Amino acid sequence: MSDIKKIKDEFLLKLKENLNLNQVNQIKTDLFGKNGLVSSQFKKLGAIAEDERKKFASDLNSVKDELQNIISSKVNDIEIKEINEKLEKEKVDITLPERPFVQGKIHPVSQVIDEISSIFSEIGFSVEEGPDVENEYNNFTALNTPDNHPARDMHDTFYLDDKKELLLRTHTSPVQIRTMLKDKPPFKIIAPGRTYRSDSDQTHAPMFHQVEGLHIDKDINMGHLKGCLNYFIKEFFEVDKIKMRFRPSHFPFTEPSAEVDIGYKIKDGKIVIGEGNKWLEILGCGMVHPNVLKNVKVDTTKYQGYAFGIGIDRLAMLKYGINDLRAFFDCDYRWLNHFGFDPLDVPSNYRGLSR
Amino acid sequence: MKITTNWLKDHLDTKLNENQIIDKLTDIGLEVESADIQSSELDSFLVAKIVKTEKHPGADRLKVCDVDIGIKNSVKVVCGAPNAREGLLTIYAPPGATIPKNQMKLVVSKIRGVTSYGMLCSESELNLSNESDGITELLSEKYDAKIGKNYFPKSNLKVIDISITPNRADCLGIRGIARDLSAAGSGKLKNIKSEKLTQKNKQKINIKIIKEKNQGCAIFGSCLITGVKNTESPNWLKEKIISLGQKPISAIVDVTNYIMFDLNRPLHAYDADKIDRGIIVRNSKKGETFKALDNKNYKLDNDMCVITDNSGILGLGGIIGGTRSGTELDTKNVLIEAAYFSPKSIRKTSKVLNIDTDAKFRFERGIDPLSIELGLQRAAELIKKICGGEVSKFDIQNFEKIKNNSIKFDPLLFEKITGFKIDQKEMTKILNGLGFEVKKEKKIMALKVPSWRSDIEQEIDIIEELVRIHGYNKIQIVEPEKSRDKPTLNNKQKLFHFLQRSIASKGFLETITWSFTDSKINQLFIENNKEIKIVNPISSDLNVLRNSIFSNLIIYLNKNLDRGFKDVSLFEIGPTFSGSQPGQQETVASGLRSGKISRLSWLEKDRLVDVFDVKKDVIQSLVEAGFSQNKLYIDDKTPSYYHPGKSGRVFLSKDKEKVIAFFGEIHPNILKKIDIKTESLVGFEIFLDNIKQTKKSLNNQKTQYQYSDFQKSERDFAFVIDKNFQVQELIEIIYDVDKNLIKRVRVFDIYEGANIPEDKKSIALNVVIQSSKKTLKDEDLDRINQVIISKVEEKTGAKIRS
Repeated sequence: MSDIKKIKDEFLLKLKENLNLNQVNQIKTDLFGKNGLVSSQFKKLGAIAEDERKKFASDLNSVKDELQNIISSKVNDIEIKEINEKLEKEKVDITLPERPFVQGKIHPVSQVIDEISSIFSEIGFSVEEGPDVENEYNNFTALNTPDNHPARDMHDTFYLDDKKELLLRTHTSPVQIRTMLKDKPPFKIIAPGRTYRSDSDQTHAPMFHQVEGLHIDKDINMGHLKGCLNYFIKEFFEVDKIKMRFRPSHFPFTEPSAEVDIGYKIKDGKIVIGEGNKWLEILGCGMVHPNVLKNVKVDTTKYQGYAFGIGIDRLAMLKYGINDLRAFFDCDYRWLNHFGFDPLDVPSNYRGLSR
Repeated sequence: MKITTNWLKDHLDTKLNENQIIDKLTDIGLEVESADIQSSELDSFLVAKIVKTEKHPGADRLKVCDVDIGIKNSVKVVCGAPNAREGLLTIYAPPGATIPKNQMKLVVSKIRGVTSYGMLCSESELNLSNESDGITELLSEKYDAKIGKNYFPKSNLKVIDISITPNRADCLGIRGIARDLSAAGSGKLKNIKSEKLTQKNKQKINIKIIKEKNQGCAIFGSCLITGVKNTESPNWLKEKIISLGQKPISAIVDVTNYIMFDLNRPLHAYDADKIDRGIIVRNSKKGETFKALDNKNYKLDNDMCVITDNSGILGLGGIIGGTRSGTELDTKNVLIEAAYFSPKSIRKTSKVLNIDTDAKFRFERGIDPLSIELGLQRAAELIKKICGGEVSKFDIQNFEKIKNNSIKFDPLLFEKITGFKIDQKEMTKILNGLGFEVKKEKKIMALKVPSWRSDIEQEIDIIEELVRIHGYNKIQIVEPEKSRDKPTLNNKQKLFHFLQRSIASKGFLETITWSFTDSKINQLFIENNKEIKIVNPISSDLNVLRNSIFSNLIIYLNKNLDRGFKDVSLFEIGPTFSGSQPGQQETVASGLRSGKISRLSWLEKDRLVDVFDVKKDVIQSLVEAGFSQNKLYIDDKTPSYYHPGKSGRVFLSKDKEKVIAFFGEIHPNILKKIDIKTESLVGFEIFLDNIKQTKKSLNNQKTQYQYSDFQKSERDFAFVIDKNFQVQELIEIIYDVDKNLIKRVRVFDIYEGANIPEDKKSIALNVVIQSSKKTLKDEDLDRINQVIISKVEEKTGAKIRS
């Protein structure tokens, strides 16, 4: 009896000291090892008189539990302390730079094409394409611009042969012709792409981008045209209200034709779209000329509709505050980084066109 | 087309002010491009007062005057006029001013050693009168308070520049613009007042239009005015000519120009005495030459419409006159021509000869064929009034009749096209205003198109007129329906957009470069393609269509290297061309990487970009786009612009159907030729058109989900194998041992050198083996190992390294 008490008191005292893991383990062995003090006491159990055995066992177990608990919590404390000390030594300067990475960018023209496609997708347009090299017929004649038409002078054309039969398309309108020759009405398409004119100065580049729009169906009139463009401009510039002006104009392939201006003002040196008293021309449009429809064998007594052509580069400049058209094609590393878009910024209807 | 509101009011009775007129013009499709107050050379002449005169120290007849020009200090002007005296009010021209009479521009100059700032002007120098005997004397009671002010009242008349669309030839004259405004309710079109001419004599010069094929002249009207005294134009006429930015020449020329701008009726004036026995209008013959009024000699082709006499060519009809028969100040007898030339012929000739004149611009767009007599009438009136003379009867030679168009117009069509209604009364009013004759025939309107509107041919043209004049703002918006019948993008377009962003996400900057390039650079990448020349390139270094995107990409990469950037990754996705026919183009995504990876990183050791970087770019992009990596097949046959030992091509499968990509180091010779200084340059080309679309959409690309929870084992092998043996094949052999059990093969080491024969290499592979049915026992694994080793050894001649 006194043995148990003695062991208990002695070891409680020992365990109060500042011990390391080895010392604690030694104590553990001393007590609970094969020949440990507590283990030895258990071996005595059989020799103790039956009436005292129960009490002895109970006392012994309670001492064993108490000591074991203290030891295990002691071990735990020491381990935590040691880990903490180890971690402390491993500390790095976390402000050092991360592993290097490079961010790629999407060209603003590509981004704007995706924005435009996303907007027109919502109202049922699909995307068509056509070749950059066109024949004279698709680029001009089929579009009601015969050879002797002065409107041809408005297009400074790059030619690929001396007979002037092969050329770089001067607008995306030949895609209208190709689409209508290939399929049957109704048509509801946009056609973004490269266009070319031999013109080069601060505001003109020999290559630029247009998006063509064509909607031909049974009763498509100028009200639909106005509605479509009004919707597009609002969505594109991400504004609720837009000042838009339809102005009569002339294109050989549409009639009646219009040019569309949007209202803007200059605020703090930056252009603000949708407000103000100034007008900026952004696109040309009109009802597809019956001669064009006849050229592509569309029955004009049944079908009619509108077409439009928008300068993509110009839209990109307006929306993103880019001053110089030429810079689009200069591939300057700094410019591309500045005006480019992260590839994960995919314009879409549900997450919005831009951030 | 330039107009002033003053001139416009010759034809239009309107209550609108200038700004309202400008707005209205734009509203009806006559777009005002600018409206600016015309600056005049007379703006700088000031009222001045001589405050002091002194004798010039070096010249007896000159005086040095102190002149008060309304600023703090007077200016010194050297003056030779005898009437220059103290207290005189006169007109001062500062340095920079141009003297109207002799067009001399003043500068600060020393006159016999004394600096003179400007000049005091005589009336003659200012074209005010012929008085040249002294400087202008102004009355002090009238001008005393005006010292320092402009002598000439400043014109605040705006010159309105209108962009006339090619269909509106009729608006190339001020009357046409007035007519449009009046039709739009902005005023009343005035009648042209003409005076009665006494025309006693016949026009004596014989005019003949030769009947031949492709005769470009349909009507030739003429009038002879004899006994004229050509002179300077009167002020009203000069002002009109000047207000449009033209230069007055002489009364006869100014009158013809005035009528052209006023009525859109080009005329030509000949000195009748220089015409050799009559006028013959005929087609030119190849090789004929003549000297035109622009002082250039033109060599003509066949079938150009020329106005000739018996000595040769007088002019190109409707385009430009010749020097031989032009009017001069001493011209006594003048022949006025008013003709109609076919737009087609004018256009053809002027294109070939590259001549652009006001007359050509108008004839090419279509002149009113019925304006000939009116033009002759107005010209004769004015010339007679200004220059005197006898006017002959008009001679009109008709070669061809020009018919007025008539159109049957269904008024219901208006609403069908525009989406809104206007009543027939309004329609009639608009059309009448524009000069149409309107007759109602049951439900149809029978229209006679005015002779000046050759652009109006069919019903849709009428609708345009109606809606344009009625107002585009009346068109009601119809909100678009948000529905979609067809997918927005097809598979090819989806792949385009996917690869574009996939490549960019690997650190590439997307560029857009010209579709044309420098033929010298293009040659380096042309391979077996043929060069596609642009006939009229914008510059000599953009003279061919690109056969490869690399040409431009490498030019612009080099520019960035010159800017001091070293580690540059650029790409472009766009067309390359294989021929000059439509469709001979393909879509290629092409990228270049230069320099190093991890340059100046404290963490990573830097290294040059290499072929396996671009291989990763290509393979990863393809895998991301949905192609199975295991099926991709690589070989080493590449175009000559790649490093022959460090480049490859990619196929979608072992069938090697179409090359879908090249990748590799750019050939060092290319870098040398283009003079690029970079540590390393690698690139790739992905040919989108060659990529066979996976027919599966995303939802059925996902096959049934199968996995195995049975234990997997990994085994390492090292084979000693021929140096040239390709790892791709070795891996395939291993997979082929048992496709169900061998899940993955990875290459973790390649070794050449000590302990390995010179023509061999050692390849170390890790193979993952797992069954989906059971846990493999040791003996199963041993058996597979043995099969792997024996198959590899048997098929490749390799030896397992022990």
